[in-house]
Amino acid sequence: MKPARFKYANPKTLNDALSLRAEYEDESRFLAGGQSLLPTMAFRLAQPEILIDLNWLHELNYVRLETSGAIRVGATVRHREMQVNRLIIDHQPLVNEAVFQVAHQQIRNRGTLCGNLAHADPSSEMPAVMLALEARFHAKSIDTDRWIEAVDFFLGVFETALEGPEMLIEIELPSMPERIGTSFMELSRRPGDYAMMGVAVVLTLNKDGTCANCRLAFCNASDTAVLAPKAMASLVGKPVNEETVRAVANIVQTELDPPDNINASSAYKTHLAGVLTRRALLKAVERASGGARAAA
Amino acid sequence: MLKEFYTVTTVVNGQSYKRVIEPRMSLCDFLRDELDLTGTHVGCEHGVCGACTILVDGLPVRSCLMLAPHADGADIQTIEGLANEDGELNVLQWAFREKHALQCGFCTPGFLTTITAFLAENPNPDREEVREALSGNTCRCTGYQHIIDAVLLAAETMRADK
Ligand SMILES: Cc1cc2nc3c(=O)[nH]c(=O)nc-3n(C[C@H](O)[C@H](O)[C@H](O)COP(=O)(O)OP(=O)(O)OC[C@H]3O[C@@H](n4cnc5c(N)ncnc54)[C@H](O)[C@@H]3O)c2cc1C
Ligand code: FES
Ligand code: FES
Repeated sequence: MKPARFKYANPKTLNDALSLRAEYEDESRFLAGGQSLLPTMAFRLAQPEILIDLNWLHELNYVRLETSGAIRVGATVRHREMQVNRLIIDHQPLVNEAVFQVAHQQIRNRGTLCGNLAHADPSSEMPAVMLALEARFHAKSIDTDRWIEAVDFFLGVFETALEGPEMLIEIELPSMPERIGTSFMELSRRPGDYAMMGVAVVLTLNKDGTCANCRLAFCNASDTAVLAPKAMASLVGKPVNEETVRAVANIVQTELDPPDNINASSAYKTHLAGVLTRRALLKAVERASGGARAAA
Repeated sequence: MLKEFYTVTTVVNGQSYKRVIEPRMSLCDFLRDELDLTGTHVGCEHGVCGACTILVDGLPVRSCLMLAPHADGADIQTIEGLANEDGELNVLQWAFREKHALQCGFCTPGFLTTITAFLAENPNPDREEVREALSGNTCRCTGYQHIIDAVLLAAETMRADK
């Protein structure tokens, strides 16, 4: 239950961290909050020879509002910041709502948003949130610099589009124009546990109150966070009410095929996906039409 | 740039320490084995039980999921630092005794540190909020109800004392 021996690097600049990673690509790992990597190392499922600790990189510790209205979150920003940061609360209510479902407070005080996304656990909340929001992922190595769309980032269980020596240096959360309502809902065994099923909703309304755009992303429904494109398309142009939302939930239940796990069977998870979709859409439409979002 | 040993300079319960350690050492082992502060308990060593919770710069964290180098420059409080200066139990500790919120006591240091930070942020919680705040800590003895009672009593007493 003790990690294997490793050599430790505590670079103070992004450039140093990326150089180290380029030099020791195969034998090194980045350490962010350590809330997923350190348990894996304690079990010796991971035994990196070199650990590049990002905790001393103060230059990536920011939550920033861009002139476009988008928010950027740097690689060392912890989950806790998503709970308390004014910019997140005001501009990214979906991230703020969902983070309270990520683990327990002790873990949120330490784990990072980017580390969570780089880890790419399909039962994590935030990958689904990023898919729903159409967030963008900024990947950088000493020789490369590129942006990856959320739909292209998650490739499989613990597998992302990051290549070789790339670091996820920041996330961009797009701005939320008028008449958008969001909602995150999940069911888990205890508060803080991974969800048995969870849904992130981003709903945009037309002026007449009908649905202009609808994004539904699910956690723990596949080997990555997934969208339900047929269900999403089915709502466009329609009013959003009990009846139409029920129809969307039915489509979700045919579209998803979640794997069984120890906490819930596939059938139960499918059932939950429908129930949560219906409730989350009704919450989102209430917020989009003024209610909670205007009050916040 | 690659280190096999690391010099940690840190403050724990108001006292400064400096130690040279292997960077793979967890922060809980550092506290227990290097500083002889054995009040921080180690249950699972992989982040699920909460027994090892300590306060780093005022916030509760799992000390088994931090490396000893992360203590460098930090201000840490452990269970040993919670009692009043004269050694008397503080209000929260008193409430735990009052309400029978511990049996074997193995989990207690983790609960007390977690709740210390929780009550600082939320001095007037309801029962549901307390349950949520305790969700990251496992207790095999008490069944939790008495722990919740103790937190509510402590909160009430602290508010009255203000
Ligand atoms: C008891 C417990 C319960 C939990 N419950 C939940 C839960 O309900 N929902 C949930 O989502 N999570 C949960 N977690 C996991 C938690 O959210 C972690 O914080 C998160 O998964 C990883 O973030 P980190 O910063 O700790 O990353 P680390 O553990 O430091 O790293 C994780 C992985 O990502 C890599 N990495 C980190 N940062 C970068 C980067 N910037 N660029 C490239 N690669 C990088 C690392 O090399 C490693 O492979 C739980 C953890 C525990 C211990
Ligand atoms: S010993 Fe750290 S959480 Fe169990
Ligand atoms: S009192 Fe025994 S584990 Fe909590």
